[in-house]
Amino acid sequence: MIEIQKASHRFGETEVLSDIDLSLAERRIGIVGANGSGKSTFVRLLNGLVIPASGSVLVDGLDTRRDGRAIRRRVGFVFQNPDHQIVYPLVEEDLAFGLRNLGLRGAALEERVTQALERFGLAPLRKRSAHLLSGGEKQLLALAGVLAMEPSTVVLDEPTTLLDLRNKRRIANALASLDQQVIMVTHDLDLLAGFDRVIVFEAGRIVADGAPADGVARYLALMEA
Amino acid sequence: MLGIYHDARSPVHRLPAGAKILVLIVGAALILSESDWSRLAIAGVSVASAFALARIPAGVAVAQIRPALWILGAIFLFHALIGEWRLGALITVRFVIVLALASLVTLTTRVSDMMAAIERALGPLRPLGVKPATVALCLSMAIRFVPVLSNEAAAVREAQRARGLERSLTALASPLILRALRMADSVAEALHARGYDPEGLEPSTTDEPPKGAQRPASD
Repeated sequence: MIEIQKASHRFGETEVLSDIDLSLAERRIGIVGANGSGKSTFVRLLNGLVIPASGSVLVDGLDTRRDGRAIRRRVGFVFQNPDHQIVYPLVEEDLAFGLRNLGLRGAALEERVTQALERFGLAPLRKRSAHLLSGGEKQLLALAGVLAMEPSTVVLDEPTTLLDLRNKRRIANALASLDQQVIMVTHDLDLLAGFDRVIVFEAGRIVADGAPADGVARYLALMEA
Repeated sequence: MLGIYHDARSPVHRLPAGAKILVLIVGAALILSESDWSRLAIAGVSVASAFALARIPAGVAVAQIRPALWILGAIFLFHALIGEWRLGALITVRFVIVLALASLVTLTTRVSDMMAAIERALGPLRPLGVKPATVALCLSMAIRFVPVLSNEAAAVREAQRARGLERSLTALASPLILRALRMADSVAEALHARGYDPEGLEPSTTDEPPKGAQRPASD
């Protein structure tokens, strides 16, 4: 359970989030809004990548202001551009990076890497250089790297923006199979099929929050205004 | 030449990364100071044999040297023009053998194994304030981001050509540096998100956002 309590944030003079107050308990939550509406900053609050200027964010009772490291083990984050998230040259090396940060070594590390590679169909690419992967394979690797750490929540910031239709479907299928709570920022409304809740941001505030059909309708209305 | 691991089962692949790096350092020092053609021939044949032993196809081996050929050609040409073609040939051959040896190490050793060896070697320097894990991560990321930055440079060049600018180093440098800095912010954010914590400390106890998350997030 993630609770955001009267959180506001500003970058310099610009207020990017104003007085956000809500709980996130559903299994599938979509975040939509125009460019610059504050949604990417909002999701960065959820694992302490951004600390709110005022208010607080609690993950299972832990405060991002004090317990960032413990929270990042619970809340994984997948970025829009996988090239910025993959830090080792080989597929298997990159997958091992997050697990090493959890303290895994030796056979236990190898086993978890193998499991993650097999789960996402990346096993044939194990020894491949990351820069030789397709965009979809890179995003799958980024997702696998996060999920190998077994977080209870996965936050994704526009994970399919740079992908073609086939790779979007690969990512959508991978997401659909997850047991974890998924919180996803997206402009791709098809990805929200089957979601439990959609939150709409506009100018740093929540302007709609509820059933996906209502949220999407409000978002479309905002885009056409 | 960087970051290209050639997966195979061979005795060369199985050698410990530290031993291979040591052979590279000692071998490069010996080869670069060698002036005897017969000894250089032995070194060359040894390196070629090691490539064969490592089961690296000839095409892959030659591809490692090809990017450096124009520099080596220029070195030889310069020496030939000043009447020192023998010295030019000697320098060129030395560099080809050393480059081949270095490529053999990168082709047969995973970066993570190399970094683990470097981390162990730097361990004794901890009391002097050196952080071996951070140095190793920086080196591996430098290798990982060579092709990424190369792609960024190609994208900038393409965008400039599309707008009528054919070739300008200064025009390329500014947007490329800006992109690299923006990318560095994103990568720092990703390192945090993936649990990297070189100090073993909590990331923030103040109202300040963690390093790498200061800029407005792109929405």
